[in-house]
Amino acid sequence: MFEVVDLHVSYGQSEVIHGLSFKAEKNETLAIMGRNGMGKTTLFKSLMGILPSHATKAEIDGDSVNEIQTYQRVAKGLAYVPQGRMIFPAMTVQENIETGLENSTSSEIPEDIYALFPVLYDMRKRKGGNLSGGQQQQLAIARALVTNPKVLLLDEPTEGIQPSIIKDIANVLNDIRKMREITIIVSEQVLSFTMAVADRIIVIDKGRFIHEDLREDVDAEKIKGYLSV
Amino acid sequence: MFGYSMEDVGNIVVMQGFSGLSLFSVLLLMALGLAIIFGQMGVINMAHGEFMTVGAYTTVFLSKMAVEFDIVNSYFIFAIIAAFILAFFIGYFVEYALIRHLYKRPLDTLLATWGLSLVMQQIFRSTFGAKEVSAELPEWLLGSFKPTPDIDIPINGVFVMGLALIVTVGVYLFMFRSRGGLRIRATVQNRMMAGAVGINTQKVDRLTFALGCGIAGVAGAAFTTIASTGPTTGSLYIVDSFMVVVFGGAASLMGTIASAFGIAQAQSILQFFMTSSMGKVSTLMTIVIILMMRPEGLFASKVRK
Repeated sequence: MFEVVDLHVSYGQSEVIHGLSFKAEKNETLAIMGRNGMGKTTLFKSLMGILPSHATKAEIDGDSVNEIQTYQRVAKGLAYVPQGRMIFPAMTVQENIETGLENSTSSEIPEDIYALFPVLYDMRKRKGGNLSGGQQQQLAIARALVTNPKVLLLDEPTEGIQPSIIKDIANVLNDIRKMREITIIVSEQVLSFTMAVADRIIVIDKGRFIHEDLREDVDAEKIKGYLSV
Repeated sequence: MFGYSMEDVGNIVVMQGFSGLSLFSVLLLMALGLAIIFGQMGVINMAHGEFMTVGAYTTVFLSKMAVEFDIVNSYFIFAIIAAFILAFFIGYFVEYALIRHLYKRPLDTLLATWGLSLVMQQIFRSTFGAKEVSAELPEWLLGSFKPTPDIDIPINGVFVMGLALIVTVGVYLFMFRSRGGLRIRATVQNRMMAGAVGINTQKVDRLTFALGCGIAGVAGAAFTTIASTGPTTGSLYIVDSFMVVVFGGAASLMGTIASAFGIAQAQSILQFFMTSSMGKVSTLMTIVIILMMRPEGLFASKVRK
């Protein structure tokens, strides 16, 4: 279980995340939805320790991940798929995935990763920078998965990806949850994608959570209202 | 040509070419360390030459010890290792005390490391004196081959070349076949993301910098076999080494090798037929022109960014 209490993030003097609290259960997919500039990426970066933040509590299964370095948070079970994917462009696909094995006892990529992403196996000798957007997204997810996370954070995984691949990514996320029973937190603007993966939806606006729904209870029109400009 | 017979010209090209190869080896060793520090980390380390001098003085000091204990024939291998270790740890300390505070300010690193190089030069001068000193070379490094009566190939040159080859292969295997190399490359390509896949990037920086300095130390040990060492020895090579790294394309190992070879050979052969400064000028002009056409260096890798 991933629990965060009273998270504040500021850029210099101006606070942009105003005391967010949330809990996500094991084997639950939580979607954070909101328009551009509402604080989704800032929230994710601060959860990873990339941006300085202040929280009363941030813990995974009772183990604190508050106020420690990014790489230590990864060792404690957080994994991150950033917006824009940020794979290592000059490294081969295989090397990209291997970077995630830092805390693993084995130096081999587990077989289930290639089973989940067969296209990455075919492309394993290619440079990451020469893959298409959708393939890079899969690579970024694979790289995060080999760190063996308890909580997987995905920041706008559908951004700039063609609709047919978006469906594939939704299927992959559902497969991952079935296989590993982990917590997945995904930030999104596309409601159809969210409805395909999430158990619960939270809407973020100007650094505050303003609405929360289980998937069953979602009123699509209302959420769309929050997302439209 | 210039009053030489064809045969003379052939011999001169072979011998100058070979002396170019010795220069190439030292430049390559220097540039390898620099390619790791500058090409990978983006730190302009003006004190890199002084780390080479550290290695050279270590070798000279050990050679004096070796003379006392009468082990001149076998000390040299240990001197290379000692030069690496000493330069490595000084580099480790410098990164910790100075460089890590300046990663986001490249121009300040340039000034800070230049200051560091002046400090180190003065320390050498105060400790070892301003006069140049030479290492006692083991007998097996002296003398030369004579494949034909007119051609002299010095053995120490061959040795330095062999050493450069071994270190290059070692660096290649480390960078592209080991976990440590993978960490370094990941950190270089995207520092934030490297942290987010679990890599301790601060530790990687420290070890990368130290490794580059250690290789400069090996260059220093190699250098003692072909010339004598003074407090400012390192600063003579720093400009050429930067030229090699920039010309070769930062972060490309093959580029570093090719450009070290090209620059050393051009200087060495041209300097025989022209004056030494004209040789340097024509080499530099060629580099400038080529860099105008290929701003990322000879061997920049092509990927979508």
